Amino acid sequence: MSHGFFLWPVQASHHAKEVDLLIGGFGVMVWLLTLPVFILIAVFVFRYRTGRDANRDHASGSNVWLEVSWSIIPFLLTLGFFVWATALYFDLRRPPAGAMTINLVARQWMWKYQHGEGAREINDLHVPVNRPVKLVMISQDVIHSVFVPALRIKQDVLPGRYTTMWFTADRLGIYPLRCAEFCGTDHSVMGGRLIVMAPQDYAGWLARNRDGGESETLAAAGARLFRSVGCSGCHGAASTVHAPPLDGLYGGPVGLSDGRALIADDQYLHDSIMLPNKDVAAGYRPIMPTYANVLASEQVNALVAYLKDIGAGKPGTRQEDGNE
Amino acid sequence: MSDAALDMGKPAEEVEDISYLRAGHSLRSWFLTTDHKRIAILYLVSIVFFFLIGGAAAAMIRLDLLTPAGDLMTNEGYNRAFSLHGIIMVWFFLIPSIPNTIGNFIIPLMIGARDLAFPRLNLLSWYIYIVAGFIALAVVLGGGVDTGWTFYTPLSTMYANGMVAATVIAVFISGFSTILTGINFIVTIHKLRAPGMTWSRLPLFIWSHYAVSIIFVLATPVLAITLLLVAAERLFGIGVFDPALGGDPLLFQHLFWFYSHPAVYIMVLPAMGVISELITSAAHKRIFGYWFVAIASIAIAVIGFLVWGHHMFVSGQSLYASAVFSFLSVAVAVPSAIKVYNWTATLYKGDIMIDAPLLFALGFIGLFVAGGLTGLMLAMLAIDVHVHDTYFVVAHFHYIMVGGTVTAFFGALHYWWPKITGRLYNETLARIAAIVILVGFNVTFFPQFMLGYEGMPRRYHVYPPEFQLLQVISSAGAALLAVGYAMPAFYLLWSLKKGPRAPANPWGATGLEWTTSSPPPKHNFTQQPVVVRGPYDYPLEHPASRANA
Repeated sequence: MSHGFFLWPVQASHHAKEVDLLIGGFGVMVWLLTLPVFILIAVFVFRYRTGRDANRDHASGSNVWLEVSWSIIPFLLTLGFFVWATALYFDLRRPPAGAMTINLVARQWMWKYQHGEGAREINDLHVPVNRPVKLVMISQDVIHSVFVPALRIKQDVLPGRYTTMWFTADRLGIYPLRCAEFCGTDHSVMGGRLIVMAPQDYAGWLARNRDGGESETLAAAGARLFRSVGCSGCHGAASTVHAPPLDGLYGGPVGLSDGRALIADDQYLHDSIMLPNKDVAAGYRPIMPTYANVLASEQVNALVAYLKDIGAGKPGTRQEDGNE
Repeated sequence: MSDAALDMGKPAEEVEDISYLRAGHSLRSWFLTTDHKRIAILYLVSIVFFFLIGGAAAAMIRLDLLTPAGDLMTNEGYNRAFSLHGIIMVWFFLIPSIPNTIGNFIIPLMIGARDLAFPRLNLLSWYIYIVAGFIALAVVLGGGVDTGWTFYTPLSTMYANGMVAATVIAVFISGFSTILTGINFIVTIHKLRAPGMTWSRLPLFIWSHYAVSIIFVLATPVLAITLLLVAAERLFGIGVFDPALGGDPLLFQHLFWFYSHPAVYIMVLPAMGVISELITSAAHKRIFGYWFVAIASIAIAVIGFLVWGHHMFVSGQSLYASAVFSFLSVAVAVPSAIKVYNWTATLYKGDIMIDAPLLFALGFIGLFVAGGLTGLMLAMLAIDVHVHDTYFVVAHFHYIMVGGTVTAFFGALHYWWPKITGRLYNETLARIAAIVILVGFNVTFFPQFMLGYEGMPRRYHVYPPEFQLLQVISSAGAALLAVGYAMPAFYLLWSLKKGPRAPANPWGATGLEWTTSSPPPKHNFTQQPVVVRGPYDYPLEHPASRANA
């Protein structure tokens, strides 16, 4: 990365190229609409300046057709760009099914990442090239915002609510990753790097990080937590407490005691752990204590990864827990 | 002194003719006045004071950004500097700037009234503003606030260290001043128009102030409620916005922008009203498309209430809400574009005097168009995702609020200065100042568009070294801009002492304010004016231009 002057930010994804094309096209249209106005103003001021002999007869006071056309034509042209920009945005908000998930936890003033295979890192994020990566993000304190200029994307990271962002980096390299939402004293140094690696290098990096002590996957860490912090005491198969069973839960519908129904997604699981009285499952009493002061966001992410693992389509995992 | 002696010699009936400036010289005659013209002067002095404080903060910011490491201030100090800059400039300078000074002075004169509908309410409005301003000053002296002017939760309610509660209370109080002004303008425009001053004969300055008064009255209470909730959560831990207390931080953003986007139109609508007056007067020609320009003001006020979500495209707001807000944001650009096209058409076949007010007006149009079109880019979803919360946004809103509103404010001050003070300023210096401001502004803020697109986030004290060149250019431009802004302070003040006396109508303009003496008498008109013609009733044809006449 050069520290000199540069005019155009590097493009590290197909999306970045599309955004540049969009703003370039829009810029051309803007100049086509604006330049005639500026030129006319200059010409009029010069030609009709006081004291200069010019034909000033029959100056019109109004012209409805002129008004309508200079309102409607630019509006319709802009609507074309609106459709283009909105289509790109919709793509950006809908991650492909096969995307690799990485959890991100933001706090004043650092980024923490949890890879599904178990590696963890702070501020720097390693990802494989040409593979869709989905970040599932949450903040422990204030609102932050992940901004990767080379990818032309950013997304706010909220406390208490998961937001997601996805990308496919198609160019190897190291790109800055910055916090874009003002988050307090050290906002301007809350940075990091996005390190886009060849697949084999990424696999090697993952392996090295596992050797460094992170020997279990995120879901396995979640399974361990599930027992150690006491979840299995009520939700385990051998439990005598009347608590909802959790295998096969993820991704399916849940009826709530107040009559609402929702899909058991990451947010629902997060809220059930941190704010258990918010959405109580139908047929159960609200007896679960909150874990808001017990678990860090990373631990909740691990539990969610585990519950996802034993979710819809993966029955039978629970017996192993019961045997423990 | 000799003039005063002359006045005393006049018969009693003509005492009315004494100018408002000489109707009393005691402090009491100023601080307890109910004359809209004197209250306008009180406001003018006050907002210039706050402009200097906000400007000093801007100067510190630009100095600090000369180096990537930010050697002048600490991170915390920098955060307090830009928070102070934003809060003072938005609520204590920009929002009252044109309406409370030029508007307060000119609206009754333009419609042929003796005063605003509620003169004492007008004075109360200024006192409320001053109380709020002093609280804000106390915050500055007491250590400041580090939330930015946007007070985003839960940073402001649970995490920030500064004097957040005192600051939001200052802004809360200033809101009442705004609401009272809005009510006063609406009632005045409805009830106190001179005989014959029908709605279709209102100057466009009045239409834009009517539109802005609607926003004053409808939007400001939402800000007041929001800020009270921030104070309640911060002081008493009442959970509204902080998820740890069961609140929703995005609720704050919805409420805040529901006020603060219309607030942008609070700043720019009065400026547009000024430009319509300046262009017609300089071109000596009827406005092109009167009704389109007038209704555009109302359309901006109405649609402006429906676009707040475009500040939240990356906040986690729903996909479809974002698409709708993006569409409405494209729509709100249409009435602004209409105004620009009509101003241009007004110049066609005009008889154009190229004086300082026209230079400021043309500067406004150029900068407003640049600010407006980059705003249109920000309304495009995929573009906004990249440039949101970067210097691109900072440049965009400075083009609107500083390039637009402040330029128009200076234009208005120059145009109506002879009416307000009865003196003429040095025209050559004024033209130079207009050009220095235009150049200084662009050198300051154009590089910030580039910085933003290249990925420089806003509110960064320490920044990556590759951005230094553009930051230094921007700071150099700010120095030039400061010179441009300082120039009028000298030649305008000089004109008060040494400037030639202004005739009643130095520009040869139409409009009732030019039919009375400069400065106007205490009750504005010696005889009740009666309006028999439409606005901007300049001759349709110009057989001989004014210079030859």
